[in-house]
Amino acid sequence: MSEKTATLALIKRNVKCFFKDKGMFITSLITPIILLFLYVTFLYDVYKTTYVEVLPPDFVYDEKLIDGMVGGLLLSSLLAVSTITVSFCANLAMVQDKVTGARRDFTIAPIKPRTLAIGYYISTAINALIIAFVATLLGCVYLAFSGWYLSFTDVLAFLLDVLLLTLFGTALSSLICYPLTSQGQLSAVGTIISAGYGFICGAYMPLSQYGGGLQKVLSFFPGTYGTSLLRNHALQGVYEEMQAQGFPKEALEEMRAVADCDPQFFSHTVEVWQMYLILGVSIALLVFAYILINYLSNRPKKSKDKK
Amino acid sequence: MQESIRIDGLYKSYGDVKAVQGISFKVKRGELFAFLGLNGAGKSTTISILCGQLKKDGGRVEINGKNLDETDEQIKRDLGVVFQNSVLDKALTVYDNLKTRAALYGICGQAFKTRLQELSTAFGLEDILRRPVGKLSGGQRRKVDVARALLHNPEILVLDEPTTGLDPQTRKTVWGIIAELQKRDNLTVFLTTHYMEEAAEADYVVILDGGKIAAEGTPLQLKNEYTGDFIALYIEDESKVQALGRPYERIAEGYRVQVENTSAATALVLQYPDLFTDYEIVKGKMDDVFLAVTGKKLEGGNV
Repeated sequence: MSEKTATLALIKRNVKCFFKDKGMFITSLITPIILLFLYVTFLYDVYKTTYVEVLPPDFVYDEKLIDGMVGGLLLSSLLAVSTITVSFCANLAMVQDKVTGARRDFTIAPIKPRTLAIGYYISTAINALIIAFVATLLGCVYLAFSGWYLSFTDVLAFLLDVLLLTLFGTALSSLICYPLTSQGQLSAVGTIISAGYGFICGAYMPLSQYGGGLQKVLSFFPGTYGTSLLRNHALQGVYEEMQAQGFPKEALEEMRAVADCDPQFFSHTVEVWQMYLILGVSIALLVFAYILINYLSNRPKKSKDKK
Repeated sequence: MQESIRIDGLYKSYGDVKAVQGISFKVKRGELFAFLGLNGAGKSTTISILCGQLKKDGGRVEINGKNLDETDEQIKRDLGVVFQNSVLDKALTVYDNLKTRAALYGICGQAFKTRLQELSTAFGLEDILRRPVGKLSGGQRRKVDVARALLHNPEILVLDEPTTGLDPQTRKTVWGIIAELQKRDNLTVFLTTHYMEEAAEADYVVILDGGKIAAEGTPLQLKNEYTGDFIALYIEDESKVQALGRPYERIAEGYRVQVENTSAATALVLQYPDLFTDYEIVKGKMDDVFLAVTGKKLEGGNV
């Protein structure tokens, strides 16, 4: 009962602190904003041209389908990157607590280390999910104007992807942020993740555009499959509509490949269920590692009795 | 009298640096215990070990008869800690901060409301409960820190330089509250401070130097052992003070002449009745004790 009370209190406190700390909140939105800026300025045109180029020159098509496709790409990229970067920014509160001394204040209380760890994990997931779902909602509004082709099942699957990626981002950031102790380390990690993750996960540019060697390396990153899941579910409807409207099969396959919908692990095409499996197992392993690292570093402080 | 804290042969090193080198001492229940030392003397290391924040290399620590190695969690309920710097969340209100911290001790609902009411009345927090901690003055924040440490009714209050940086009036207020709680609830207070006047009020003092205990005792014992007495002589003519042939220093409106003890002071007064018309015999100050014991002066000094 007491542990439950403490966990709930810590979650509530962490969530409140995150949304009241304007600096932290705005920092967590930097990556999604950069992505939106890139799309508005040039990525939208680049993708549109890329998709149009794979179609036969005399092929007649509904412009709205291409807009819907690029919109889906934007939405999936936005969520792929922000679920992770927002998780990192939210989890930096854990480091900030060490810097300000709040962590000492918690550890002098009679709570178990796991209570503190769970408190940080759940509150980070809540913070990141709130922002991710708001971003999803705004993205859906945009899609409704540019071209909505998502079925109800696609929307549910998409939300599941967002949830899983957020949990993955939260577990990954929990593990990476755990040993950090200073403001400098905090800033460095925040900056690297915000600037770099968009490239690694294929949000700024699809992985299909990278060289073969780099693609192979990135195929070992679970986040790659998270992005692919989002792409699959954001674009499934528009592909089906294209198919129904007689788009050439080869062109559709190339469009899917360009959008990383069929990621390759060496020569094997990874199926959607396998992507879920990879993401699920990754989350479980990361959470286990996080709990383990908490347990090991907070074992009872017994002495060796040296003189 | 029961012991609140008992430390035997405590050791702690950071690599080659020996922070604490086999110190032993006891703190009696209801006592105001002062732990003095320069930065790096081993005070904070000892406190961190006491609070279960740091692993010791050797020795035994008992809080209320419980071995720290065996009953870490139970001991945490007996301790309330006020850290050197405020560790409350600046973005949150005083109420939210106290509510979160109380929940860590399983205090919630009506129990929290009752305790909050008691502490608000004692510390005068009613008007600032809904204000963010970041918007409070240094003194107000310190009061909240002490209230936070007392939320779970601990038997021992650990104060790590609690009044550093506070103005004299706020220091007086904070000490007034602590003294009242100490008397009323028989609270044991474990204090580290830079202010010698605070240490002078303690029941027992331990002076740490280089990780070892350099001296310990009641303030009176320490003064008697390390400083001798002083005669504050209120005259203007320095040549007459010089003629006494004793060490002296200038003070406001006179001179402070050092003597071995009270008997020597009396003898000197009787020897020069014409000179000693306006004077007082005083014990040495804790500053003098600290200087005599360590050869160093504490930064805070006597205020």
